[in-house]
Amino acid sequence: MGWVKRLKDGIQTATRNKKEAPEGIWYKCERCRETSTTKELRENFYKCPKCNYHVRIGSHEYFDLLFDGNYDLLFEELRSTDVLQFTDLKPYPDRLKEAYKKNIVTDAITVAKGKVNRRSLLVAAMDFRFIGGSMGSVVGERIARAIEYGIANRIPLLIISRSGGARMMEAAYSLMQLPKTCGRLTQMARAKVPFFSLMTDPTTGGVTASFAMLGDINMAEPEALIGFAGPRVIKETIKRDLPEGFQTSEFLLEHGFVDTIVDRKDLRETLSDLLFLFEESKLAAIGKGEGSAEMEPAEEEFPGEEEG
Amino acid sequence: MVFLEFEKPLEVLYEQLEKLKEIGGDGEIDVTETIRNLENKIKNKRKEIYSNLTGWQKVQLSRHPERPYTLFYISQMCKKFIELHGDRCVRDDKAIVGGLASLDGQTVMIIGHQKGINTKMRQYRNFGMANPEGYRKALRLMKMAERFGIPVITLIDTPGAYPGLEAEERGQAEAIARNLFEMAQLRVPIICVIVGEGASGGAIGIGLGDRVYMLENTWYSVISPESCSSILWRSWDYKEQAAEALQLTADQMLGHGLIDGIIKEPVGGAHSYPEEMAKILKRHIKKALSEIMDMDPDVRIDVRIEKYAQMGAYNLAKEEPVKEKKKTEK
Ligand SMILES: [Zn+2]
Repeated sequence: MGWVKRLKDGIQTATRNKKEAPEGIWYKCERCRETSTTKELRENFYKCPKCNYHVRIGSHEYFDLLFDGNYDLLFEELRSTDVLQFTDLKPYPDRLKEAYKKNIVTDAITVAKGKVNRRSLLVAAMDFRFIGGSMGSVVGERIARAIEYGIANRIPLLIISRSGGARMMEAAYSLMQLPKTCGRLTQMARAKVPFFSLMTDPTTGGVTASFAMLGDINMAEPEALIGFAGPRVIKETIKRDLPEGFQTSEFLLEHGFVDTIVDRKDLRETLSDLLFLFEESKLAAIGKGEGSAEMEPAEEEFPGEEEG
Repeated sequence: MVFLEFEKPLEVLYEQLEKLKEIGGDGEIDVTETIRNLENKIKNKRKEIYSNLTGWQKVQLSRHPERPYTLFYISQMCKKFIELHGDRCVRDDKAIVGGLASLDGQTVMIIGHQKGINTKMRQYRNFGMANPEGYRKALRLMKMAERFGIPVITLIDTPGAYPGLEAEERGQAEAIARNLFEMAQLRVPIICVIVGEGASGGAIGIGLGDRVYMLENTWYSVISPESCSSILWRSWDYKEQAAEALQLTADQMLGHGLIDGIIKEPVGGAHSYPEEMAKILKRHIKKALSEIMDMDPDVRIDVRIEKYAQMGAYNLAKEEPVKEKKKTEK
């Protein structure tokens, strides 16, 4: 019953924010090439209704899928800067301008605070449309601040990774976001505030080699590309074809690097359950002789959850 | 001797010197004065060349085939080195070496990338490109050092973590991430020195420390100039420009506050005077250790984490954007 309600709620949530859905009325699947309407796509949690391909969605789509209702954006004032005066075929400021012009997000990660089934959660979601979801100083700083915020307010953190890796235009500044975010995560671990990592298509390079792999729970969306080196580089190095399914979520699950693969329609439910299971009062319950609490499903504790 | 392209003027002078010495050896003409002049000329030329190196030239120097590697430095700086092998899971990675040693009486855990000294050994060492088990061996040694209060020294020299099939299967990314997580909170001092190439995740995987130094003629960045050229310029031909754009030299890295200091090399580079280089390196490591050995471990860890927390460059948007995102009504 609760499950059905939440599923229904998820659908309604998904239809609320229309501006970032794939443009036009029709969606042609990148994988199976079948056509469906964008409405069908939205109602199916941005998965292809024909083949379940998880479309690459952005930060705000995840917020709408996950949160009960309104949510607050945090650390939006932080903006990328061209600290190295970096120019390749194009100056870095031009790349930034182009990214801002899309008017989708203010950098490759957006942090929001909201409620999932009435429990607080911080979500830092990457967006591939901002310079390939690359990690520069702002991505590192927003994550670092999200962790600090989570520790100070004892709110668990979910980071949704979708990144090609480093932002080369910030060179070593980009590299230093690895030790920076990992250092902060040790403090979150010490404070015993849970950190959940969700890896989506694609998660590679410095993002995988830092926070994305360090979740108390590592999750992945189905069939996402997850790895350290990109497949092209590996192929050039070993000079042979890569096996079928190499570096997919399923491959990582099989090799022991993710805890669970979560279909996007179950994401909210999974997070809700995790928040329930990790809730501090419940972790302390047995010690206090109140061991029955963890047996109760969340929806019985919080009737009327579907109000959102 | 191996001369790099920009060292060609030196090669010419050295050839002249050889010839002069041959002539002098015959004993018929006194060439002592001429030899002395030529040696001075070589010295000045070397100074001239080495004081105006571009980023790309430093990259080339960092890869000089005669450059000293980790095991050489250990043999020169330490006594009683006992190399410790294996990650206790898969195998012993030959691209990262490590072990216990005595640095003038102070026991240290010294770990570093190891490149091969000849064609055969380069294969054996996988060109200094570690697999996950290399990073996990390094972590095993660091955790052991932590148990006994032994400081950790890492010497970094890698063209990158190995991008291979098995490396991915065994979790290259996880191994590096885990090292960063554990090194950030290791309770003993960590001193890191880039002694050659500092390529991205492969370098930082053993490169998080209380003090991070670069030798003068090394590079450290998020990507090699060649790969950067191929991705951003879509051609392998822009490595010089990429090296400049990345600002990957020791001077530039220190200027941006991303490392803690530069260790000068003898004029002519570490490969010209390896023993002297080892002495200089040892002096710096000992000084750095003396600065942080007596700190309270909790404080040292906090300072370490906050140091990295400061690394980043960003602007603050002038207009505060709308803070609350409202969902449209049902
Ligand atoms: Zn499809």
